[in-house]
Amino acid sequence: MTDEFEPLIVAFCCNWCAYAGADLAGVSRKKYPPNVRIIRVMCSDMVHPNLVMNALTKGADGVLIAGCHPGDCHYGGGNLKAEERANAIMLMLEDFGLEPERFRLEWISTSEGNKFAKVVSEMVADLKKLGPSPYKRG
Amino acid sequence: MTEEELRVGVYVCHCGTNIAGVVDVDAVVEYAASLPNVVHATKNMYMCSLPAQSGIKEDIKKHSLNRVVVASCTPKMHEPTFRAAVQAGGLNPFLYEQANIREHCAWVHADQPERATEKAKDLVRMAVAKARLLSPLNPKKIAVIRSALVVGGGPAGLRSAADLASRGFEVSLIEKSHFLGGNAVRSASLPFTDQTPREAAAVLTDALEDEKNISVHTGYEAESLNGYLGNFTISLVKKPRFVKECSNCGRCIAVCPVETDNEFDYGLSMRKAIYMPYDSAYPNYPAIDMSVCKKCGECVNACAESAIDLEAEDEKLDLSVGAVVIATGAKNYTPKDGEFGWGKSDRVLSLPVLERVLDKTGPTKGRLKGKVENVVFIGCVGSRQKKTSEEEKVNEYCSRICCTESVKNAIHIKDRHPDAGVFYLFRDIRTYGRDEYLYREALEKGVVFIQFEGDVPPEVNVLKKGAKVVVSDVLSRESFEIPASHVVLATGFEPGADADKVLEVFKLNRSADGFFQEAHIKLRPLETSTEGVFIAGACQAPKNLVESIASGSAAAAKAAVPLSMGEVELDPAKAMVTEFCDGCAICIDPCLGKAITLVEYEKDGELKKTVEVNEALCKGCGVCMATCPKKGIDVRHFTLDQLQAMVDAALET
Repeated sequence: MTDEFEPLIVAFCCNWCAYAGADLAGVSRKKYPPNVRIIRVMCSDMVHPNLVMNALTKGADGVLIAGCHPGDCHYGGGNLKAEERANAIMLMLEDFGLEPERFRLEWISTSEGNKFAKVVSEMVADLKKLGPSPYKRG
Repeated sequence: MTEEELRVGVYVCHCGTNIAGVVDVDAVVEYAASLPNVVHATKNMYMCSLPAQSGIKEDIKKHSLNRVVVASCTPKMHEPTFRAAVQAGGLNPFLYEQANIREHCAWVHADQPERATEKAKDLVRMAVAKARLLSPLNPKKIAVIRSALVVGGGPAGLRSAADLASRGFEVSLIEKSHFLGGNAVRSASLPFTDQTPREAAAVLTDALEDEKNISVHTGYEAESLNGYLGNFTISLVKKPRFVKECSNCGRCIAVCPVETDNEFDYGLSMRKAIYMPYDSAYPNYPAIDMSVCKKCGECVNACAESAIDLEAEDEKLDLSVGAVVIATGAKNYTPKDGEFGWGKSDRVLSLPVLERVLDKTGPTKGRLKGKVENVVFIGCVGSRQKKTSEEEKVNEYCSRICCTESVKNAIHIKDRHPDAGVFYLFRDIRTYGRDEYLYREALEKGVVFIQFEGDVPPEVNVLKKGAKVVVSDVLSRESFEIPASHVVLATGFEPGADADKVLEVFKLNRSADGFFQEAHIKLRPLETSTEGVFIAGACQAPKNLVESIASGSAAAAKAAVPLSMGEVELDPAKAMVTEFCDGCAICIDPCLGKAITLVEYEKDGELKKTVEVNEALCKGCGVCMATCPKKGIDVRHFTLDQLQAMVDAALET
């Protein structure tokens, strides 16, 4: 048990929805594995692809970007820009020899504490199966 | 920036046992003290307490701190508190960063205290990493337009508009229908008073007449909202009423040859194409329903005041206001075809229809159709529903009002027909607060209450005159068959019919129930995610008349705060152009606020390009920052370097 691989996930959560969703997971005492480190951003569209790729090549096993559901963006469509960019990030993962499971974009509203916990739990389980980031071993 | 020595103070909160019951606070403090640039690390039982806040203030001077980190709850709760404490200590409030070790750590990892402690250390390290790179920011001040828009002409909106106007602010009240009053005016009676809902509404609308600061715009809907707290521009569209203000002599209505169902009475009465929903409706002159009008011109000929224009067109109106109150209300749940016999018989009524029937001035002069023998109310229709699949959209909430309204009407029927049986089949009785007296009165008067399980709802078999109702009683475990002359479905409430549009225009969020969501479920019940836009009444959740009016007043008080300040501070977390910008301009197109423009300038005889940010238009979302390949544009307080430092700190294990 003690030697089991514990993946490290960096999560960029938008201030208006996903961050508050993660707060609600706390308020509702919803348990999820302690493998995630949340960084608050104002909008999911603020996350530069370099931040994601730097994280994945410097030791993170997975990166999550979580924003508001389509139509709910505080700024009116920033999440859709993040979605377009996520497609580019997926291509970059391939170039870097990283598995697609290492990056996720999710829509999590302020009322979806359960969903936040579910997404993190799923991601931790997926990454455990996948093993550590190839950039970590070297 | 000058190369001042970084001196960070870190404060770890116990939050009673909320954090300290899981996380080893001493270990986190000890760890924080070991981090580079941290010159002071300590703990407190409650960091948000006044003594702890004073402690920060004193420590800033004592230890010459120039950055402060508090590890406690979510910054959504206490970031403003600690920023104020930091400011009180003489530092710029933006030299503060918060680590969320409660919602994001202790509360979700209670089963793994050791790993929770390690995570708390990581979160503190990340916050300190960001704090090192923080810059002082000075919010710009913008003058506030001293006027408000109130959206919705029901009780909450009326109260809100009157309260704002009485404080001396100009108020525009818009209502999408042609008459004010909302849902409440269709009820027959109000509990605990002889005043009718229409009389109560008239008190509110009469106040509008006397108040010079209010302009009422009926038939108007908001199409778009631009700007920000203190400086909103709202585009409105008016659907024509086809009648100008007149003496309401009634000749036009008398000569109109078109008859149609009167929706005000749920089709229990007929009205003309030119109509008043009820005599004292406000504004007190008719409107024309163009969906049925044949444009025969009889009304135009009959009008001695030339008040009618059948060719009137949509009108547009732009308003500039400093704050907005949304009070667009809720709608009654309409049962599905056949649900408890709905639509199969005129003896199966819903609660709002019963209110029209029992109204003495209403379509049936207050009388139920046919002989009144057994009246059976069925509770929780359209409320407290259970999902049968993950995707199914149902109303899981309690509509709060239906129990009281049902019991009120049960008493009314029992008073008028003492020999009739009146039954209330319920899942739970929720006549909360003062309404308990009604429940007691109903019991004393012989209304029979029978409880059923939510999973075993009563069956309604519609007959020629009435229905056979079968209910499984929880207490006796027996099944009863009641020959009902009338069945009343205690229907609840749903988000308003145009909730989607209001949501989109005013950039609000929905709660899980589909109603409009407040900024904080406990602490900020009147604010929304759009600063300067407030909510009141049943658009937020089902509310009774008193609660709606109270929240209308409360929202007015909230909206009055920025309006009376004269100026507001703009969030300084806006985009700023850096020295690396070469004017490639790819950030201009994605910008959501249309805040970026390309400019040319001359340097050393060379023509150069860069972009400029209009801070009033910039929303601070940061799409520009993530689009730029050259670090040419940053968002203050969320700069690429600051975010990268947090990432690096997170990976530093």
